Amino acid sequence: MTETHHRAFSIARVFAMAANTFTELTRQKVFYILLVFALLLIGSSVFMARFSFQQEFQILKDVGLGAMSIFTSLLAILASARLIPQDIEDRTVYTVLAKPVPRFEYILGKLLGTLFLLAAALFIMSALFFLVLFWREQAVLHETARQVASLPADQANESLRAVRAAAFNVDIFPGVALIYLKACLLAALTLFVSTFATSNIFTVAVMVFVYFIGHLQGTAREYWLQQNGAGWLTRLFLALVALIFPDLQAFNLVDDIVAAAAIPFTLFWQTSLLGLFYLTIYTLLAAIVFYGKEL
Amino acid sequence: MRLLIVCLALLSFGAARLPWEHKLAMRERAGNAQGVALSPNLREQVGQLGFIAALSGFRSLVADLVFIQAHVAWERTEWGRVLLLFRQATALQPHSVLFWDMAAWHMAWNASAAAVNDQAQPRAALRIKAQREYFALGRDFLERGIQNNPAEARLYESLARLYRDKYKDHARAAEYFAKAAELPGAMGYDKRFSAYELSYVEGRERAAYERLRHIYDAGEKERAPTLIARLKFLEAKLDIPLEQRIPETAP
Repeated sequence: MTETHHRAFSIARVFAMAANTFTELTRQKVFYILLVFALLLIGSSVFMARFSFQQEFQILKDVGLGAMSIFTSLLAILASARLIPQDIEDRTVYTVLAKPVPRFEYILGKLLGTLFLLAAALFIMSALFFLVLFWREQAVLHETARQVASLPADQANESLRAVRAAAFNVDIFPGVALIYLKACLLAALTLFVSTFATSNIFTVAVMVFVYFIGHLQGTAREYWLQQNGAGWLTRLFLALVALIFPDLQAFNLVDDIVAAAAIPFTLFWQTSLLGLFYLTIYTLLAAIVFYGKEL
Repeated sequence: MRLLIVCLALLSFGAARLPWEHKLAMRERAGNAQGVALSPNLREQVGQLGFIAALSGFRSLVADLVFIQAHVAWERTEWGRVLLLFRQATALQPHSVLFWDMAAWHMAWNASAAAVNDQAQPRAALRIKAQREYFALGRDFLERGIQNNPAEARLYESLARLYRDKYKDHARAAEYFAKAAELPGAMGYDKRFSAYELSYVEGRERAAYERLRHIYDAGEKERAPTLIARLKFLEAKLDIPLEQRIPETAP
């Protein structure tokens, strides 16, 4: 009989749990329902207002990226909220933790499974979004080429260049990456909340509030840091909002990307780093609480 | 005990990321990205629905919907509503050049034309006053659009057109066409238009002539009929020696 050494941390075990979580999540109807709604919304953006090609592309991108943002955030919250309570209800958690699996690995496996699901969902949504964008770009290019056929070559090329610039912007990729990071952050935070929550509904309700307050956190933080003449109670409240809640507005660069504002690379990677920092801290906090949970 | 540790960890994490987030927000504001601060002023401008949308991270999408409503209001010639909705759209999405441009166009061209032809107003002076007010609203949209998007050639060009076509202020039109021409993404004709406008300004004919001549000398492609006509006009006005004048073109 071969002797095997038990490792304190095994990436293989984490991936096994992540794969299992991913499979479990893809079997849930909520995933498909959300995905179908997102795809319908992205697809229907083609039929929205067509005043001029610039406006058409702007609406198409706003609706597409907005749908991707809201549905990945929703999916992150709904999928992560039920992971631990479901395992406790099904008693799967006892089977897993009865084996020499550290609780941190369990949390990490669950989170990674959710992140895989989010990546898959976002990939499908992005594929449809780029397909729709490409299809409309080609249609408008064809139409414009027909309209400017009689113009001198340089003017015709300028018109076609304007169409291409309005349709596709390379900054969309970092925008999509930040949508993913925001969803990852929400998944990790939901998992953390679910480690001490008493029910799924409680977790989802808390996360909905976190979602709204998170978009206000930046305003509260700046107001607090400005040290203007607010009373101590107001300042204490603002400080708590700034310190406890994540700054979700920092990840909303897509609004400006759609409006063709250039996003500096340093801003992108610093925001990404901030997202990873959030992800790490919330995962660690979830693990700490989960270690103390009586099962 | 564990709860205390978690609370302390959460607060420490908050304190650690605070300077980072603040620096990031400052950089975003300086770089003109995400430059919309959620303030009570924005709340007043965009209404409750828009403010909630801004809170949930969908301000750009709501701005599009407001823009569509503005378009519908324009079709119904409800000018007051068009103005209000464009103010909301531009407050929610100040980086959309199209919103500023369209808002200015509706005000300075469409609403002003409607005002000056308003049959319900018998007094011509009041009709003209209303027309001038709409010109000013159009100019205000473009100026604020430029403040929010200082590198957008299209807004400078639109402001130049407004000065040229509505205010008949050729000096300012020349200035803004020239500013547009210097920016990336400017249309090829901006430089030429700037020189045309300058050629109409009393006392600036020499500068205009030099600019037009420079464009003319750049090559056959630049020699548009208007350019040649303006050059000939200035040659006569400035009494340019015959040997320095551009050749006569076939009629």
